Amino acid sequence: MNNSNLSDRKFIISAFFIIVAIVYISRLFYIQIIDDQYKLDARNNAFRYRTEYPVRGYIYDRNGKLLVFNEPSYDLLVTPKLAKGCDTIALCKVLEINKVEFLRRMKKATQAPNSPRKESVFEKQLSPKIYAALQEKLYRFKGFDLQARNVRKYPRPIAAHLLGYVGEVSKDKAAKDSYYREGDYIGISGIERSYEEPLRGKKGTQIVMVDVHNKTKGRFMNGQFDTLAVPGKALYSSIDIDMQEYGEKLMKGKKGAIVAIDPQTGEILCLVSSPGYDPNLLVGGKERSRNFTKLYYDSLNLPLFNRALMAMYPPGSTFKLIDALIAQQDNLISRSTGFPCNRGYPPMGGHPKCHAHGGVDLPGSIATSCNSYYSYVFREIVDQKKYPKFEDGYNHWRDAVRSFGPNTKLGTDLPYDKPGNVPSVEYYNKVFGKNHWRSNTVVSLGIGQAELTLVPLQMANVVASIANRGFYYTPHCIKGVGVEKKLDPRFKEKHYTYVQNQVAYDNVHDGMQKCFDAGTGSASRIPGIVACGKTGTAENPHGDSHAVFSCFAPRYNPKIAIVCLVENAGFGGTWSAPIVSLIVEKYLTGKITRPDLEKRLMEADLINRKNLLGSGHH
Amino acid sequence: MRKQEHSLFFGVDKITVFTYAILVLMGWLNIYAAVYNEDHQNIFDTTQKYGKQLIWISSAAFIAILILIIDAGFFTVFAYVFYAVLLLACIAVPYLGREVKGSRSWFRFGDFGVQPAEFMKFATNLALAKFLSNVNIEVQESRRNKLSDILKNYQNTIIATIFLGLPLVIIKLLQDETGLAIVFIAFIITLYREGLSVNFLIFGLFSALLFVLSLVMDQNTLMIILAVIAALSILFVKRNRKNLIIISIILTTACGVVFGTNYVYNHLEDHQRVRIDVLLGRGTVNLKKEGYNVNQAKIAIGSGGFFGKGYLQGTQTKYDFVPEQDTDFIFCTVGEEWGFLGSSIVIILELFLIIRIIFMAERQRSPFSRIYGYGVASVLFFHVAVNVGMTIGLMPVIGIPLPFFSYGGSSLWSFTILLFIFIKLDANRLVILR
Repeated sequence: MNNSNLSDRKFIISAFFIIVAIVYISRLFYIQIIDDQYKLDARNNAFRYRTEYPVRGYIYDRNGKLLVFNEPSYDLLVTPKLAKGCDTIALCKVLEINKVEFLRRMKKATQAPNSPRKESVFEKQLSPKIYAALQEKLYRFKGFDLQARNVRKYPRPIAAHLLGYVGEVSKDKAAKDSYYREGDYIGISGIERSYEEPLRGKKGTQIVMVDVHNKTKGRFMNGQFDTLAVPGKALYSSIDIDMQEYGEKLMKGKKGAIVAIDPQTGEILCLVSSPGYDPNLLVGGKERSRNFTKLYYDSLNLPLFNRALMAMYPPGSTFKLIDALIAQQDNLISRSTGFPCNRGYPPMGGHPKCHAHGGVDLPGSIATSCNSYYSYVFREIVDQKKYPKFEDGYNHWRDAVRSFGPNTKLGTDLPYDKPGNVPSVEYYNKVFGKNHWRSNTVVSLGIGQAELTLVPLQMANVVASIANRGFYYTPHCIKGVGVEKKLDPRFKEKHYTYVQNQVAYDNVHDGMQKCFDAGTGSASRIPGIVACGKTGTAENPHGDSHAVFSCFAPRYNPKIAIVCLVENAGFGGTWSAPIVSLIVEKYLTGKITRPDLEKRLMEADLINRKNLLGSGHH
Repeated sequence: MRKQEHSLFFGVDKITVFTYAILVLMGWLNIYAAVYNEDHQNIFDTTQKYGKQLIWISSAAFIAILILIIDAGFFTVFAYVFYAVLLLACIAVPYLGREVKGSRSWFRFGDFGVQPAEFMKFATNLALAKFLSNVNIEVQESRRNKLSDILKNYQNTIIATIFLGLPLVIIKLLQDETGLAIVFIAFIITLYREGLSVNFLIFGLFSALLFVLSLVMDQNTLMIILAVIAALSILFVKRNRKNLIIISIILTTACGVVFGTNYVYNHLEDHQRVRIDVLLGRGTVNLKKEGYNVNQAKIAIGSGGFFGKGYLQGTQTKYDFVPEQDTDFIFCTVGEEWGFLGSSIVIILELFLIIRIIFMAERQRSPFSRIYGYGVASVLFFHVAVNVGMTIGLMPVIGIPLPFFSYGGSSLWSFTILLFIFIKLDANRLVILR
């Protein structure tokens, strides 16, 4: 026996034990301190992030009347794994669905992107009746839970296009924007879309801990790391809810749009697109998609189409005002200038056609809306000596026109507005060939026809600029965001038009006043108010002409600039002018002195050709 | 002086007792955390495991004192008796005991159960110590070549192996308790200290390495590598007959192990095969099924960070993500709630205790006490290494408790008896000297 030798083995054995311990401690160091994966895994195991949805901001009209508020609604959520063995038949009965549907939804809740352990929506926005029934019996349905959400509610069924609607966020958007999760709500159109950020507020998160059976065990660190939901901000709109409602009533049975602007601020007073729809139709759960489909496929009336911002109409004779201003600014015509009119524009063999307006001066040409006169004016501008090259003359006219807003994106605070079109030189070069067209070729541009198009909002902006004698504020419908009523500074910026000659505006205003007094709008004179107007009859290739009427009032210190366009209604003086006159009268005086006119206008159904007014002066 | 000699704690190694007490206390705190539930907070609630563990702890203390009272000679004299009686109990338990959760290793007494296999550890250790201390030449290598000589020379080794093999085989085959059975392998460390040829250990380690290698890599590649190593050895060592024979024997054995691996692997039980797969990352491990335990254990420990989540703050343990978290996976609670700091301290404490026991064993004059001491150290080491190793993914899952930590009366009693017999022997080392 060699005990002293063997005794050395204690060192080897001890060393072995120590080495193993060191290996283990190193391994612990690695998984506990270096590798973060396990920390994440532990959180995924035990933490459930519960989203607290903020209340969406209310929207008020210019007088503080409520346009949009919220109503609580409840979603039914299910965690399939926990719902095993729940009383399916009883639940189906409450929800008024059959077993097949139940199983279909259960399957959907189980499969990706949902999971058996994850809560997902079983039924959205329960009706009040089902909610009441369900709330009592919920304890019987294991795995099911109610989640409070808010839906929009509209006290008056108006301004659907303007306000827009809220709906579930698209998959695309949810993937791109980290704020949204699938199933979240987002403003899809109108104010709801463009003011989504202040309206939505900020979601809060509650960290809830669950055990291995997914049973809630309480808040993580007593809620120390939770974030509170920040409610959405209120919006103070410039819309006059009464004017909006009145405009929509007057436009009932007619296709078209009304846009009214306060020229002194650029605030939109009303924005009517007709036919419209009740915004309350697009909030509910089940009904919502049904209603949307119905509106979406109404190809005759296109009720979802916002004509005020998106329909590009030829402005017709209302455009003559711009020609008159540009020509005066360029010193090409004066108040007393007259042009021949021989039931049409003589150089082009009587086209564009006209009534016989012999020797009217500038204001008279506006009041009587002489086509021939403005064909000459257009030529005077385009062919003026300053621009030896014809194309330069044309571009000068085009730029001057665009300074009033046409063919530009005005930059309003509503989404999806269209720019309209003032054709470019390049366009006509393509159509006619370079050097193969002259001012006379496109002379109908001068009277607001041909390829010239504006959307109603731009038409109203033109009137506002004329009312302001040479500038406009970008039209906008929100005057204040949140309690501090913050206004976007870009809406405080004056945009000057090409025409700054104040005499030119005097002359044009005279003509517009005369339009009411003795011209094409005389049938719609507003009692007690000096107003300025201009009729338009926009010929279009799709059918009867659109009736247009532009107006601002009072002439001095104007409070409202308004445009009304009624599709396929013929002469502007017949349909659009009376509508405008009623709205202006009601807005400025607060009363209606012509109830019979109001009644007839409201009852007239142009879409179905019923209750039509007698055709007035053409 | 006399009075002091007769005192209960005379000669008792206070450091060891103190370390033991700390480990038991920490174990209890972690059991409390593992089964912690807001509804049951009374620590004396004996319907809860931490309440029961308090009973186990106080009874263990009673047993420890009893052992210190009993004359040390009692254990040497009755070493074989303990061994025989407990071996019989182990044989009998599958037939006489009641089945609990599919396990046939328990005797039940009302609410409480006892696993005789747990107590087999100290009995085997006593028997082994008695046997080895009684023979003159322990286990030693030989240079003679005759088979009878080899056998004669290895006679004691073989007998010692039988002492260990009997409980291992009985517990494995009759009770099907792999965890309880495999512990007896730990005594190889004792045998090594007492002279077992280092070749055996090298052979064992080499085989284990080859077993793992042939599971994780292509067998043909492995064979080629072995052949190349053999060829290189022939090139570089002195080319005499003896060396050539040794090299070819080694190569043949190695090939045998590699081929044998498949056979062994395929004849393992399903769950054991899966556990090996999980450890070695073979194939795709389903973290919801076979990989669940180990993965959740790793998540618990890994999420602890440096300082841990704080006592009773471990989400993995508190909310039952880790299975068996009060018994075999108790280390997860330590790792999660006490972090790297706490788990290192636990490992260091256990290591300290084991090294202390080796130190004490080496100061014994009686071979019996020394051999027994090494047995205690070996068994403790084996338990700690395997138990902690499986929770951090370094060992396959084998259901054995963490000494002094895991919940359970049998294991706590067993470890207490195992340790305190040695403390008693150590306390008597001076008395025997006189």
